[in-house]
Amino acid sequence: MKLKVKYFGLIAEFVGASEQSVIAKGLSVQDLRHQLETEYPKLKTITYQIAVNQKITSDQYLFNDGDELALLPPFAGG
Amino acid sequence: MSEKKMKNVFVQGAISPEKIANSISHHQVKTNIGGHDIFLGQVRADEIDGKIVKAIEYTAYEEMANQTIHEIREAAFEKFDLTCMHIYHSLGSVNVGEICLFVFTSSAHRKDCFDATRFIVEEIKTKAPMFGKEVFEDETHVWKENK
Repeated sequence: MKLKVKYFGLIAEFVGASEQSVIAKGLSVQDLRHQLETEYPKLKTITYQIAVNQKITSDQYLFNDGDELALLPPFAGG
Repeated sequence: MSEKKMKNVFVQGAISPEKIANSISHHQVKTNIGGHDIFLGQVRADEIDGKIVKAIEYTAYEEMANQTIHEIREAAFEKFDLTCMHIYHSLGSVNVGEICLFVFTSSAHRKDCFDATRFIVEEIKTKAPMFGKEVFEDETHVWKENK
């Protein structure tokens, strides 16, 4: 499945982009984590959350067509 | 006070003291208010590994941050008896000593605005997807992380 994935902060630096189209090899958020951590090993060195359609989601979430994902490093507002 | 329209909290660059003063003066016509509480987040010149921070460059997942802060706003109106609430956060570069977060609550009596401001600031810090690049004098940087 083709997903729109957004990257922010430190993670955008690791990936070298703020947004990508990613062909997901698996069906879940956990699968995508593994896929991206294989491609960008620095992701394994930090903690990050994944949002689907602007809501933080669990690794068990199964993708639907048109989902917008975002990899979110630790927050620093305020 | 629910189902209100979502507001954009973001302003480009630092939040000026004039904006804050104007915001206060706009409330003088609201005579049911008995107290205001204001939190101002200011960029600190932290020393990290021997280097001094000169500015923070803020970015955000803007749609999600606005939605999250909208929900925080609704929750605060639900929990506390507030007359007014205003929330602004900077995007882009904010120099040390400048203001990056402005939370302003008003209520008939002091307790509601005191408690609401703390609630809102803590919620924003933990839940709103905003990111801060701490830039040093030599233009290198590290990424800030809320404690």
